[in-house]
Amino acid sequence: MTLLDVRGLTVTTDEDRTLVDDLTFAVGAGERLGLIGESGSGKSLTSLAVLGLLPPGMTATGSVRLAGTEVVGAREKALTELRGRRASVVFQEPLTALDPLMRVGRQIAEPLRRRTGLKGDALHKAVADALDQVRLPDPRRIARAFPHEISGGQRQRVALAMALACEPELLIADEPTTALDVTVQADMLDLLDSLVRERSMALLFVSHDLAVVSRITDSVLVLRHGRAVETGTVEDLVHRPREPYTAALVESARKLESALDVGAGG
Amino acid sequence: MTTPVPAVTELPGKPRSRPRRSATLVTGCVLTGLVALLALISVVWLPYEPDDTSGTRLAPPGDGHLLGTDKLGRDLFTQVMNGSRIAWEAGLGSVAIAAVLGITLGVLAAYAQGWLDDTVSALLDILIAFPTLLLAMLIVAARDATLGSAILAIGLAQSAVVARLTRILVKRVLAQDYITAARTSGTSRPRIVAAHILPNIWPTLVVNLALQFGLAVLAEAGLSYLGLGAPPPNASWGGMLQQAQATFTTAPAGAIAPGVLLVVLVVGVNLIADGLRDTLDPARRRSA
Repeated sequence: MTLLDVRGLTVTTDEDRTLVDDLTFAVGAGERLGLIGESGSGKSLTSLAVLGLLPPGMTATGSVRLAGTEVVGAREKALTELRGRRASVVFQEPLTALDPLMRVGRQIAEPLRRRTGLKGDALHKAVADALDQVRLPDPRRIARAFPHEISGGQRQRVALAMALACEPELLIADEPTTALDVTVQADMLDLLDSLVRERSMALLFVSHDLAVVSRITDSVLVLRHGRAVETGTVEDLVHRPREPYTAALVESARKLESALDVGAGG
Repeated sequence: MTTPVPAVTELPGKPRSRPRRSATLVTGCVLTGLVALLALISVVWLPYEPDDTSGTRLAPPGDGHLLGTDKLGRDLFTQVMNGSRIAWEAGLGSVAIAAVLGITLGVLAAYAQGWLDDTVSALLDILIAFPTLLLAMLIVAARDATLGSAILAIGLAQSAVVARLTRILVKRVLAQDYITAARTSGTSRPRIVAAHILPNIWPTLVVNLALQFGLAVLAEAGLSYLGLGAPPPNASWGGMLQQAQATFTTAPAGAIAPGVLLVVLVVGVNLIADGLRDTLDPARRRSA
């Protein structure tokens, strides 16, 4: 059974603007797919629609089956049971994705407690382990910190630990490195890569950055104005783009890369 | 350039668990504490029985009566103490009703969408426009003129204000990423409200509830001035003011005493609200 099966997904606003148009893709258990496109291409909306989390005023039609359950039109209660266990999300901006008034440890403890039923010391231990797994130093100290007391990179690791605490079958990463410094980005990608592999999770990686996506997934779906432009392996897209838009994306990525190389050399 | 993950950074000048003690807050606590003390003492001890009319009528302050007597010879200080208790009951009772009803309604309204949201907002606006006095008269007509009726009327009127504020605050929090993040990990709605929404709107709500307390005390004084509050001899400050009105030029103490205490309590509560805003409001705290 395909873990995530999206068929003809269309997202429209109340004003009848179509933001995602007839999108079809699938992610099998343990597979990885990159969703790539410029801002406004509907990639983040797609990742939200997968979990039935569209903002008010937007409607999804078509079909999204997550682990065999239809998400489009499902009731909130059914969705709550689906979320977390089947799929969870790491968001772009780690500062706003963490509750500013709740200690980091408690934010990770919430989903952990729900999944494992642990309490007291055992739960504290599990939280420290979860922080340790995302390679945060001094987990017990970080667990007691508030989000504004730790760095951006640390916050994103905490957000990742929160998403992983549910042990999802599918991890959706929505531009998880965009808000980070370039130096921290690479560490974060490596961490994500190894954690996903260790747990044989499926990964839906959303990004505007072809270079970042190519580091972590093999197959890619290119989105533009809410439509699928092209799909294939990163290898194929980079070397044999079939669509002019993909070629333009690759070209701009190359230009940036070579500009950086020149800058580094000179 | 290698960047090891930096250790926890505690930025200087960012107080969190220990809010700064502001002068406003302390002054407010002293003023309200004074009235609270009178109210608490009145529960166990009063200088005279409230209905003891043995004193000289309209006696000036002194000579066995600290503040003098009213036109029936009852001790004014006794009445003022009783009034303190009634003022506290009115404030706490109204705010309790407003908090429970208003916050519940506000949270529900914030979750409502589309036409339901519009309808609830319109209803709240109508309720807020509805004069408290009229509402109080309706309730008094249905029940009778007691402190309970006044508290019920004030509490109901204030719950609309609290509900409208809560609705806006909750909507703002609901739009935050961390709520979406909590939802993606399968957190249920009641749990999100309890663990994320209420703690985040609480600082603003507490400040508003403190202000509502002051308004409730004033409203109760207004209602009993009109005879819609607690009946004598356990009159509230508003009732005392009304009693003393006719004899104000000859025996001003009867009006000055409740008037001063009313101001002390309401100013005190407002100072507390101000002080709380400075220490609790997360926006101000973080920018500080």
